[in-house]
Amino acid sequence: MNSIIEIRDVSKAYGGVVANKDISLDVEQGTITGLIGPNGSGKTTLFNSIVGYHPIDSGSIRFEDKEISRIQVQDIARLGLIRTFQQTRIYKAMNCVENMLISLPHRKMRFLEAFSRNSATDFENADRLLEFVGLYEKRFLMAGSLSFGQQKLLEFAMALMNEPKTLLLDEPTAGINPTLINGLVDRLLRANREFGITLFVIEHNMRVIMNLARKIYCLAHGELLAQGTPGDIQNDQRVIDAYLGAH
Amino acid sequence: MKSGKLVLYSVAVLFTLLAPFIMPDFKTQLATLWLMIIVALTWDMTGGQMGYNSLGNIFFYGTGMYVAAVICIALTHDVGSYTNAFSDQVYVFSDAEYFTGVMIGILGAGVFCSACALIIGYLTFGLRGPYFAIGTLGVAIAAGELVSNWDWVGGGQGISLPVFPYDLEQGKIFFYALFAATGVLLFIFLRWLYTTRFGAAINAIRDDEEKAEAMGIHTLRYKLTTWSIAAFFIGVVGGISAFQLIHFEPLETAYQTINLGIFMVVCVLLGGKGTLWGPVIGAIVFHLFKEVTWNYLLGWQWVALGALIVITVVYFRDGIMGWLMSVKPEWFGIRVEKKSEDAMQEAGT
Repeated sequence: MNSIIEIRDVSKAYGGVVANKDISLDVEQGTITGLIGPNGSGKTTLFNSIVGYHPIDSGSIRFEDKEISRIQVQDIARLGLIRTFQQTRIYKAMNCVENMLISLPHRKMRFLEAFSRNSATDFENADRLLEFVGLYEKRFLMAGSLSFGQQKLLEFAMALMNEPKTLLLDEPTAGINPTLINGLVDRLLRANREFGITLFVIEHNMRVIMNLARKIYCLAHGELLAQGTPGDIQNDQRVIDAYLGAH
Repeated sequence: MKSGKLVLYSVAVLFTLLAPFIMPDFKTQLATLWLMIIVALTWDMTGGQMGYNSLGNIFFYGTGMYVAAVICIALTHDVGSYTNAFSDQVYVFSDAEYFTGVMIGILGAGVFCSACALIIGYLTFGLRGPYFAIGTLGVAIAAGELVSNWDWVGGGQGISLPVFPYDLEQGKIFFYALFAATGVLLFIFLRWLYTTRFGAAINAIRDDEEKAEAMGIHTLRYKLTTWSIAAFFIGVVGGISAFQLIHFEPLETAYQTINLGIFMVVCVLLGGKGTLWGPVIGAIVFHLFKEVTWNYLLGWQWVALGALIVITVVYFRDGIMGWLMSVKPEWFGIRVEKKSEDAMQEAGT
């Protein structure tokens, strides 16, 4: 298997606080990879480094064999590497369909094509994906009036609308009502299987990540603590200690 | 609703065509009304639709005036000696020279301002929120000061342009027609633009620019394009104003930051930011209010205007259109979910 994201010795410090120290990991093409770790272990910092939200101090990040650690957010997004936010970000003053249509992949669009209306196919795609995440009934409601869980689903659908190659999901199930979580896990698996999107997921819910990922990395105090299959991770004494605060 | 819209647009078109003949004493007032509508609509392109509150759009108005005047003069005369205050030479423009100068001057003003917006935008679009407002205000003030010290364009004296060659009443209709045509063109253009993907992209920038970047939208490109289109139209009306006013000077007429520069923002806030009709309605209400108080409340007119601004900002933050939208959302195709239904759906899922 070849890696679509290749991270080598990445370090990032905020002043004296080292958020990421010499982290190396690989996300394999077409798989679902998990990233876990206690609060403050540097997971979101690593995500932000990957998508170009801030410059890294040292190391290298490659996406499809292209060095991306020195290029900017929009340029990285246009390579097909899209992220969702931990604090869900949607366009609250627009309805769901409008939110979807704005998320059309601009990297596949020439500038002059922006001066046209959305095609019937665009509308169909938007409806199809809203149906996929279960928001079809609410598609004409203002996104801001949806519940937090539904907003998360909408953000996920928007990311899919962008036709990414790789999707970085920051806690996709946080704040979602437990009955909805199973449905979401199922959709994440389907997005990976049916649309062929590589997923790299930060998750706190162990049951979710164990069902989802084939390979899991665990961070603690900014360093890579352990890696392996869900089974390995669950039985790793260091991971258990880290979560219990012994580390 | 469909037929309602048709009636509305027919009335608007009829009024636009007939107004200067129905109210012959108010031709210049009506032309100024169109000026207010145009600057309000262009301000709303960045301020309302894209979320970038510029206080420096007046820069394009002033620059448009100067560019149009300089082009008109330079076509037939030497600008330096024309604007020389100590010269006693008389400069004559033939009818053909006048009208070519007006047309090329106006268009040149638009194109020049468009290019200026690309350059200034490139430098200032890194600023967000109030910093962008102050940054652009600084550009406008600095430009006014620089131009008022530039003798080649008349310095603090400004420039006097040739007078309309025929009957002056016809001249008033001529300038009304230029303003109205620009306004109608702009309105039709924006009505179309806001329904395209371009419109959606600038709305995305307004609502959450970071999200728009994370989704791969070329934010800088959209911001520059929007502002340069706005600047084109402001430059054009600046050019028309220059010929309409015949004489203008830099600080009070051209780069009038505290008058027109603020009025355009007030018009939009009054009418409703981020809507197509808001700036139009706001400009009409504002202009009427201003003219009425200037005539009947003389001495207190600025106080009344200040009160209007305060009341708008404090009590009607969404403006007239925003207020209508919250009272009658169904008129605008906005669907609102009833609370009880919401609770049922929530329990069902």
